Amino acid sequence: MSERYSFSLTTFSPSGKLVQIEYALNAVTAGAPSVGIKASNGVVIAAEKKQKSILYDENSIHKVEQITENIGMIYSGMGPDYRVLLARARKIAQVYYRRYQESIPTIQLVQQVSNVMQEYTQSGGVRPFGVSLLICGFDNERPYLFQCDPSGAYFAWKATALGKNHLNGKTFLEKRYSDELELEDAVHTAILTLKESFEGVMDENNIELGIADEKGFRRLGPSEVNDYLASIA
Amino acid sequence: MSIMSYNGGACIAMKGRNCIAIASDLRFGIQGQTVGMDFEKIFPMNDHLYLGLTGLASDILTVSERLEFHIKLYELRENRKISPKTFLSVLSNLLYEKRFGPYFIEPVIAGIDPKTRQPFIASCDLIGCPMEPEDFVVTGTCATQLYGMCEALWKPDMQPDELFECCSQALLNAVDRDAGSGWGAVVHIIEVGKVTTRRLKARMD
Repeated sequence: MSERYSFSLTTFSPSGKLVQIEYALNAVTAGAPSVGIKASNGVVIAAEKKQKSILYDENSIHKVEQITENIGMIYSGMGPDYRVLLARARKIAQVYYRRYQESIPTIQLVQQVSNVMQEYTQSGGVRPFGVSLLICGFDNERPYLFQCDPSGAYFAWKATALGKNHLNGKTFLEKRYSDELELEDAVHTAILTLKESFEGVMDENNIELGIADEKGFRRLGPSEVNDYLASIA
Repeated sequence: MSIMSYNGGACIAMKGRNCIAIASDLRFGIQGQTVGMDFEKIFPMNDHLYLGLTGLASDILTVSERLEFHIKLYELRENRKISPKTFLSVLSNLLYEKRFGPYFIEPVIAGIDPKTRQPFIASCDLIGCPMEPEDFVVTGTCATQLYGMCEALWKPDMQPDELFECCSQALLNAVDRDAGSGWGAVVHIIEVGKVTTRRLKARMD
């Protein structure tokens, strides 16, 4: 028997703001940086995965996660909230497949995940999610990159940065981005964007990369990440 | 008395060269008595996708209405036309949901894929088992007769006019050997960008 509040904890302030959502966005901005760049032939998503101690086993937990064959996701903010949304997104995708025998289009997944996030700003006894998601996918023969915010709003980006230092990251991307960018260059640029706010030495264990192209979505393995890092050194 | 033959009816769909034909009879009966001669059993889902249903008349109406509801929402949400193959999956799911208390219908789908422009026909049984043959699909109280007629008359890659003749003759001669179907017929020929609908002069008995 679950006892639920019947009233929402997210309420309007006199100025018309939903402060809980503002605070959730603060939680996102305090989180580790993540980056997404859409190229002409694919999308790259990347995040910093710095651990507080050398005792952490970095390869056991991943930030970049696959949702379907063609869609992947990364986040900035609270890890546990991310896991909940990841599970929901995967389920949404499979429910779609069961009904239509067709892979869910990226935009449809984004709309449904955002709907879930919005529900948590208007339901009884729950708080908004403390994550912003970057969802990337390849369908309809073209790449897609979307951001989903704690409020339930979603944005289609050509390139963006989330988390700590996201303003500098976006400024950096504004200078570097072009519509003719190819996937290889985009990965390069993504790593450089992360480097801008990175303290210390970047190696294959403290960043994660994911790529979506016509072959589908995959997370890059440590050796592939190392190859890219070597090319920018 | 079988529930599937309570109202009577027949439906047929055939593949041609870049075109499809879908046709049905017009009889609406209550067991032996004919009470309607303009009960079309073909429903357009969108410009290039047609659904034919035989079986219990009230289920014909309910299922076609539910599917139309579904398709309209799909097209608004996804901002694109549904492909016939996906529509078949939707239909199959809808029917299987009622596995232990089914809709008493046997559907037939005919459409042109919006992306590939390929013709597509399919049919299901009443609990949604899909069938996607390369030639023709038939359902109704005179299905056996229809199978015989189609097997004899159908050949691949027919042009729209030839397909129309083939489909019409198959339907007309099959329903003439069945008490539950007939009383007129309607045929739709679907090509890319064009749909031609004709009513056939049939034996009104």
